[in-house]
Amino acid sequence: MPEESTPLLEARDLVKRYGQVQALDEANFTAGEGEVTALIGDNGAGKSTLVKSLAGALRPDSGQILISGRPVTMSSPLDARAAGIETVYQDLALAPDLDAAANLHLGREIYWFRPLRILNKPEMRRRAVTAFADLGVELRDVSAPVASLSGGQRQSVAVARAVAYASKIIFMDEPTAALGVLQRERVLDNIRRVRDRGIAVVLISHNMPEVLSVADRVEVLRMGRRVARFRAADATVEQLVGAMTGALTTEEATVRSGNGDSAGENGNGDGKDAA
Amino acid sequence: MTGTRSDATVTPDDTSPPRSGLRLPGGREIGRRLFTANETWTILALVLIMAFFTVRAPNTFLTTNDLSLMAENTSPLLIMAVGQTFVILTAGIDLSVGSVLVLASVVSDEYFVHNGGGKGGWVIVLIGTVIGVASGAGWGTVQGFLVSKAKIPPLIATLGGFGAALGVSYLITGGQDLGAPPGPLADTIGLGSVAGVSWLIVISFVVTLVFGLILAHTRFGRYSYAIGSNPEAGRRAGVAVDRHLIKVYALAGALSGLAGLISLAFNNGTTLTGHTTDNLTVITGVVLGGASLFGGRGSMLGTFIGIFIPQVLNTGLQIIGLNEYWQQVAIGIVLVCAVYLDQFRRRLRERA
Repeated sequence: MPEESTPLLEARDLVKRYGQVQALDEANFTAGEGEVTALIGDNGAGKSTLVKSLAGALRPDSGQILISGRPVTMSSPLDARAAGIETVYQDLALAPDLDAAANLHLGREIYWFRPLRILNKPEMRRRAVTAFADLGVELRDVSAPVASLSGGQRQSVAVARAVAYASKIIFMDEPTAALGVLQRERVLDNIRRVRDRGIAVVLISHNMPEVLSVADRVEVLRMGRRVARFRAADATVEQLVGAMTGALTTEEATVRSGNGDSAGENGNGDGKDAA
Repeated sequence: MTGTRSDATVTPDDTSPPRSGLRLPGGREIGRRLFTANETWTILALVLIMAFFTVRAPNTFLTTNDLSLMAENTSPLLIMAVGQTFVILTAGIDLSVGSVLVLASVVSDEYFVHNGGGKGGWVIVLIGTVIGVASGAGWGTVQGFLVSKAKIPPLIATLGGFGAALGVSYLITGGQDLGAPPGPLADTIGLGSVAGVSWLIVISFVVTLVFGLILAHTRFGRYSYAIGSNPEAGRRAGVAVDRHLIKVYALAGALSGLAGLISLAFNNGTTLTGHTTDNLTVITGVVLGGASLFGGRGSMLGTFIGIFIPQVLNTGLQIIGLNEYWQQVAIGIVLVCAVYLDQFRRRLRERA
């Protein structure tokens, strides 16, 4: 598997402890460019902690994060952003009193006169319109405060912002949780479209059918460590649930026995599942 | 949202609700905006109050003389309200403004007294102004640190600052007002006018305009809104939230310092006891102007109008001869109503 030898994003043995709680227990994770990797697990399995660590919002106690095989330290979301990583958080992280265009450009304003930091609002609005149109997002007014938008539209604003700036990886934490059926489909379409641009999409979701329909690969987290990996095409909902609840384990042994990540654990996992 | 219609562009008189596509504001949209805009209600309130008093006292109220006197009296308050607007937009509050005004005027006048007193020239005035504004900015910076880094609630940090600044002023002066700022400040700025408009008015209006533009059109203003709206969103977007808060409190301090110079010019000396309720007056004005105490919403135009409402009410009630204590009652009621209206509009918008 030559394309697996240097994945775009790789986490090795991440550990994060909150007092008594071991949120991440030598967790591993891999995401490749141009593919959708679903990260699933029961509540408290450590998904959010893992994503926050990978997005620079949290510093793991130990472990390694590699981008294109090179170790990186991400001590702030800015570092992650500079590395081409964007995150759509579950709480969306929008400023409700600002309009969609302002939210899209928050922290990345476009200036009309840079020395005085005078904003170029028309240009930002234009780009926002383009960004939303690219995503096929329905937004009737990019200059209405985000607070006045529906849940789905707010979601779209957050997704559009991530898509507009991510050059390598997008993390999406439950991006469809608050959405209706149609909007959900549209977000999934967006995810595929982003993937087709060669970006690695990491999707956190509780919705198994959705995971199987959009993901290329699935990684399962349980009690702070990765316990299974699947090719979505080969996996069933029962298998995923089994892995989440601990009934099915495909890689515990491999990981326990040292840092042999490249030593064909993919083959191991996939082989078992395919069989 | 079935996406069957494709009204991607606007027809201003299109009254049916849009179904899909991008739509610029127009027609009914503008009406809705006007209805929900903060300033609309504030302007309406001011116009109603003015109309009432004009009808009740047609020959005395709303004369040019009366208006400019009102604007002169209000000029230090307006300048402080400009800074307060930024603070309130970030969901903070600055109770120290009146005391910082006093402190800055004391420090500046102390310099003036030791440098020729009333005989000082423009250079002295300029240096004294820099000293006053800088001491205000310094005081504000400390408060900004307390709020952003030490995580002390703004109410408490600036309440402490309020008491301490006044205390320091008393310590410097020994409780006696200092007098006689240099002639150019007391006479030209304090009493003079340019093209028929008092310098005090010109200065305070220009300050309002400049910072109004900064608020509406620069990154500094946008970050103030963003931080008040959702500081976490700002942080994740890479906004240096703490540093911005420090700057905002420093600005409020600096403008209070400038107001101190204005007050010095207007009163021909310091006024140690005259500013204990300035903070409340200023906050009242900003809130009447439509700024939300929860942060994220407000405008300089609103503040500009809002700060005049208590003054107009004061003057008007005086003219129609009502007991002066009613002024306080009326302003209190108006303030509570304004905040209630803000909540009401907020709910309305959130439901839309």
